Amino acid sequence: MTALAERLDQIKAEGRAALIGYLPVGYPTVEGSVRAMQTMIEAGVDIVEVGLPYSDPVLDGPTIQHAAERALAGGSRVSDVFTAVKGCVDAGAPAVVMSYWNPILQYGVERFADDLVAAGGSGAILPDITPDADVTWLPTARERDLDTVFLVALTTTAERMALTCTAGSGFVYAAALMGVTGERSSMGGGVQDLVARAREAGAPRVCVGLGVTTGEHAAQVAEYADGVIVGSALVRCLTDHPDDLEAGLEALRAKTTELARGVRGEL
Amino acid sequence: MTASLQSAPGPFFGEFGGRFLPEALMAALDELTDAYEKAKADPSFGGELDRLARDYTGRPSIVTEVPRFAAHAGGARVFLKREDLNHTGSHKINNVLGQALLTKRLGKTRVIAETGAGQHGVATATAAALMDLDCVIYMGEEDTERQALNVARMRLLGAEVVPVKSGSRTLRDAINETFRDWVANVETTNYMFGTAAGPHPFPAMVRDFQRVIGVEAREQMLALGGLPDAVLACVGGGSNAIGSFDAFLDDEGVRLIGCEAAGDGVETGRHAATITGGTKGVLHGSRSYILQDQDGQTVASHSISAGLDYPGVGPQHSWLADIGRAEYWPVTDADAMDAFRLLSRTEGILPAIESSHALAGAIRLGRELGPDATLLVTLSGRGDKDVEQAARWFDMLPGEDA
Repeated sequence: MTALAERLDQIKAEGRAALIGYLPVGYPTVEGSVRAMQTMIEAGVDIVEVGLPYSDPVLDGPTIQHAAERALAGGSRVSDVFTAVKGCVDAGAPAVVMSYWNPILQYGVERFADDLVAAGGSGAILPDITPDADVTWLPTARERDLDTVFLVALTTTAERMALTCTAGSGFVYAAALMGVTGERSSMGGGVQDLVARAREAGAPRVCVGLGVTTGEHAAQVAEYADGVIVGSALVRCLTDHPDDLEAGLEALRAKTTELARGVRGEL
Repeated sequence: MTASLQSAPGPFFGEFGGRFLPEALMAALDELTDAYEKAKADPSFGGELDRLARDYTGRPSIVTEVPRFAAHAGGARVFLKREDLNHTGSHKINNVLGQALLTKRLGKTRVIAETGAGQHGVATATAAALMDLDCVIYMGEEDTERQALNVARMRLLGAEVVPVKSGSRTLRDAINETFRDWVANVETTNYMFGTAAGPHPFPAMVRDFQRVIGVEAREQMLALGGLPDAVLACVGGGSNAIGSFDAFLDDEGVRLIGCEAAGDGVETGRHAATITGGTKGVLHGSRSYILQDQDGQTVASHSISAGLDYPGVGPQHSWLADIGRAEYWPVTDADAMDAFRLLSRTEGILPAIESSHALAGAIRLGRELGPDATLLVTLSGRGDKDVEQAARWFDMLPGEDA
């Protein structure tokens, strides 16, 4: 069992949902992004999703697109993701990489998996491929005891739900809405049912992401999911202060604290 | 006897193709695949498509021999397959009529599409008007500037045109934005993909809708005396090329040549010649040759032609290149523009800048093969949309006298 799965089970035993925070490597710089991830961990994020910036992020809205573009323009490389993973693990949080498929493919599937293991990472979230799309990653990950997290959506059919929930490991990522990443004013309907469907189809743990913006949203989702995933709302703390990292980190600390209280039912 | 290469069904063409997209779109892609398979087997679908091709598009398109042009191409006989004469001015209409009919069958009321030069956007807006569908077109902001006339055409046809400001502000970003729209609105909306690329079923389905080009041309050439020695077509995503090639795939004596946009020259790095200068990877839902750096980040492409300015290519082309059935030649901006001027002045036909890449390929091949050769060139579109850009290239705009 990976550190990711262990931490999720441990938190479940505490009677609450986990808070999973996403930030892209390299925004505003590699060093700055690692500091930001460590700040989130100090302020109550349980698990870090380390984002690998990609040139064509079809599932991301404007906030994450912008941060990824800036990270790439600043020279962020695939290998920086392992630096960030190690930084998170050293700070006491399990880390998973969130990456579109082509950067992993070009880095080399086995090489990527080996370097992820060496950095202490628990696995990868693959948003733009499905278990039936590529046959190379899953056996490579399994051999190295890395988790593979796939997404399910409100449109996922029963047949595909069974495929997806049994192929992956760690947790299943339930997309709370049909759309791209980004902040929303309220959580859409139907996601609680989606989580139930994923559990019935064999998912050991189900975490919910997309659109989770406030502590209140986090509290709502925490009532039925094993984890609450937040991305854009955290990234925006940094993009709101493009020239002042310290101010960005302060905003990030405050947002994380709000979300952490949400998953603990302390709001 | 070897198996036929024609009408390969996908999802894979050798190691290329597939379906690499978020789970949220899988149900829609399965539904589309299923609807297309049923439509293919339904004579009423084919019948309706044939009727529209005849009564709306104006098919069959003619074949024109161009001897004054050919005198500059080594004296070979050169024939043009005139997709430029289709309603809306390019081959794109062949595809959108098929996909719009499918949209109706799916019971969806809204269509979205990406466009580069604007030809696919105009065709989609046209089909949407004809079939009473809401229509939103995503177009890179840079392309809306270099193809302003087509933006106006789409708006006149009732479509909403959204300039895409992210990334390189060209076709590739327009595709990203269209996928984002689709994920959010998949219940009501069908994505009418413009080229024979992207996730399954698009490469095979778009190829099937464009196949009529080669089927007609092959019959027309046989009636004119025999099969050509080569078929040439320009390749961006590659839909007019694959539509031109498919019916000739089993004619071993016919060379198939895709002309890629080499921009300033492949060696300069400023080009869109994906097969000549790219490597294998995954972009926009399928595995193919793409322009990318070591980290798998897509590299911006460059071409004077907005319609060919794309860092990917349809997976079937990658496969045909790898098995050696088709050749892919790089054609620079300068060579394409020379061919543009030559056809205009010798034959009175203004070609699209995209199609001019194929004409440049024909000049090169004709000079290589000489007067005994017969070449068929797909003239995929007309050059009306390119008048301003071409006039600027040749310093012909008023007030720009040298």
